Amino acid sequence: MNFGPHLFLAVLEGTVSAFVLAVTALGLSLVFGVMRVVNVAHGVFFMLGAVLAWWSASIVGGQPLLGFGLAMIVAPLVVGAVAVAADWLILRRVNYNPESTIVATIGLLYIIEQMVLILYGPDARPVPAPVYFRVSFPWFGYSGYKLVVIAASAVLLLGTWYGMSKTKLGLYMRATQQDSQMAQAFGVPVRRIYATAFALGAMLAAMAGVLIVPVQQAHYLMGMDPLLLSFIVVIIGGLGSLRGTIIAAFIVGMSDGIISVFFSPTLAKILATLLVAMVLVIRPGGLFGEEEP
Amino acid sequence: MAAVTLLETSALCKRFGGLQAVREVNFSLAQGEIRAIIGPNGAGKTTLVGIISGRIKPSSGTITFKGEDITRLKSCQRVMRGIVYTFQVTSVYATLTCYENVALAAQRRLMTGAKGFLTLGEAAIAERVESALDAVGLAASMERPAGELPYGYQRLLEIAMGLALEPELLIMDEPTQGLAEEEIAEFCALTRKIAGRATVLLIEHNMPVVLQLAHKITVMDRGTVIAEGTPAEIEADAEVQRAYLGT
Amino acid sequence: MRRHGAAKIIVLHLGVIGLLFLAQFFLPAYHQSNAIRIMVLATYAVGYNVLMGYTGLLSLGHAMFFAAGLYGAGLTIYYLDFTPLQGVGFGILSACALSFVFGLLALRARGIAFLIVTMMFAQALFLTTLYFNEITLGDQGFVLSEKLRTMTIGGAVVKFSDPVVKYNFALMVFSACLLLTLVLARSPVGRVLVAIRENEARTRMLGYDTERYKLLSLVISGTISGVSGAAYALLFAYIGSTFATIQYSIFPLLWVLLGGVGTTLGPLVGTALMFYLIDISSDYTSSYLLVVGAVLLVLVLWFPKGILGTLRERWLSWLP
Repeated sequence: MNFGPHLFLAVLEGTVSAFVLAVTALGLSLVFGVMRVVNVAHGVFFMLGAVLAWWSASIVGGQPLLGFGLAMIVAPLVVGAVAVAADWLILRRVNYNPESTIVATIGLLYIIEQMVLILYGPDARPVPAPVYFRVSFPWFGYSGYKLVVIAASAVLLLGTWYGMSKTKLGLYMRATQQDSQMAQAFGVPVRRIYATAFALGAMLAAMAGVLIVPVQQAHYLMGMDPLLLSFIVVIIGGLGSLRGTIIAAFIVGMSDGIISVFFSPTLAKILATLLVAMVLVIRPGGLFGEEEP
Repeated sequence: MAAVTLLETSALCKRFGGLQAVREVNFSLAQGEIRAIIGPNGAGKTTLVGIISGRIKPSSGTITFKGEDITRLKSCQRVMRGIVYTFQVTSVYATLTCYENVALAAQRRLMTGAKGFLTLGEAAIAERVESALDAVGLAASMERPAGELPYGYQRLLEIAMGLALEPELLIMDEPTQGLAEEEIAEFCALTRKIAGRATVLLIEHNMPVVLQLAHKITVMDRGTVIAEGTPAEIEADAEVQRAYLGT
Repeated sequence: MRRHGAAKIIVLHLGVIGLLFLAQFFLPAYHQSNAIRIMVLATYAVGYNVLMGYTGLLSLGHAMFFAAGLYGAGLTIYYLDFTPLQGVGFGILSACALSFVFGLLALRARGIAFLIVTMMFAQALFLTTLYFNEITLGDQGFVLSEKLRTMTIGGAVVKFSDPVVKYNFALMVFSACLLLTLVLARSPVGRVLVAIRENEARTRMLGYDTERYKLLSLVISGTISGVSGAAYALLFAYIGSTFATIQYSIFPLLWVLLGGVGTTLGPLVGTALMFYLIDISSDYTSSYLLVVGAVLLVLVLWFPKGILGTLRERWLSWLP
């Protein structure tokens, strides 16, 4: 293949990973923004989504579309419930102390990961794509499902944006993000908002997991990469800034995708990490974050 | 009063976004004096002393201390030159004992060069800690965690930490806030004692305290200095009456 | 506290070291080899504790310093014919240099951002060990043969594969690092580090350049972690990418939390306890990480000060 088509392919791949990354990182950013805590278990929520997608597909048998639909309902519900339970049983008890939360979510990460290992096993298992068609370009054919991933991710991003900016829940969340004590004083049920934000963040990760699994296979350790990439995105985008998160997801996702096609994925990730380092050296608050006074 | 100028600011400005917290302030302090800055809330007093102590970067203007331009120095470098700031809201180390709190301040002067680091003996530090705690009358509470002290004592501890740094200029931000009547009297006596060794700059709301302690008073309003003079002059100043006393 | 109890403290620490020395004469072989591993890993925890316990900076990337020591020693002994001690020296230097450069960059980030940056850098180093797998052999790793681990010191042949040598070398490394942190904790510098942990802004206003102290703390912490990594390479002879994974950054956090954050002996207590907890639980379950996760949760929820931290709070206020 010539350079031109090769670049085109790389851009396509980059776009797919950028969209999925944007959905995942948005969840992390939402949790950080509203609750001021870092959820290290975010990656296992992603993984749970993928594993539940496999489970849904295997229940309905040879009807991938039905399985996919089922997964899109079951995965967010189950993962959201797990997140609410974690908020109730753990985070609330440590009073959302940032460091305790990190340690606690590391504990949660190991527990969920190992439970999945015990129940689901160590194998990577494929899930059939819900739709199968190839888009043919003059130089190569391209999986149509990947375009579905882009569209579905875009819907999720728009939905989150709409929810945050146009609904009462979103207003409550933004108020809590600005000043939780003030919000409480104005009658915002801050504790419930925390639980909701944590659940929504987890659900976004889970749905990203469902979307990616026909491309990537489900494996109990698959949460690590999205976790680290989401961290990179959230740092570059500015901790807690939703718009910054999405822009950064595209920068990181595209460069990750493009470098992966031309060089190696490992090198792409090393470079992404160094990119973060440079961002932090130049602007400790992130590229789009607000500077500290 | 000594005529030697200790500190001078020229055309000092600070903007926070659209708010001009300090504008074009030319302020000078003579060595050995007790100066009070008064003014309504939001007049820019805390910002001004914040800039002098190096906690806040000025938007423009310069600060000279003992003839040296210190505008670009970090706060920790200014402390080493003798500018010491005690906090408005007490921020002693609550979990550490009073001894440890003051020791942190006392050892700072002794930790110069590589020699001061690991070889610095505790005896030299202890001596300074004891004298600083003695000066504020807290010697008996040496082993207590600072967080357990009553509020007035925490303020005194804060001052002891300031003293242990051997200041040339001691800046105190609302030192009598929250103190009881007799504690305020003790504080005034203490400040006079300190003034023998260091220049004192106070931000203070309590007018009786200001009038009996200060040699000179600077009045700020909306980021600028609107009057400056002896307590008697300030009491008589009509503009001050209007801005500050609201009459 | 005022510096009381110096004698008690010295007796306690020398007593612990003495007991560890005597233990080799009556511990059964199995526990003796466990003790070697525990001492080397406890050294890692001791290093981690300098940054987290005394300076209050949480890191999720210490595996990079451990790995720097491990690979610094392993690669030079394997490829460049360094003697074991030269290799260990090089490993320590690598960790020291890495922590210095890393600190210059990463300490610009604060709070949560710092934590994430530690994680990113460690991940970058881990990926680098995979990327250069022609040299490092990546996941598979490589083994230092017995011959490579033998050298002559002052005419005597020393085999670092011999259990007695291993035990005493591990003990020496651990004791040196333990005593170093004890001296540090009780020095004026240690006092400043604690002050930074309690309130950094206030400490700056006492005239301390807190950035430099944090860098110093990070370099000491990273270097001790590197000492542990280098000793690990020499004594256990296996060098692989696993040691650079995030798991190896979480372990010292766990050990320090369990033993007691900001206590000199906590790292040893935590490492030993966790080691045997996993050892015992492996009879019942193959996924020891489940145990790790559960212990982390239990610590955070009910036992945040760890064992020695709780002891200090309740009964032994003199414990350093």
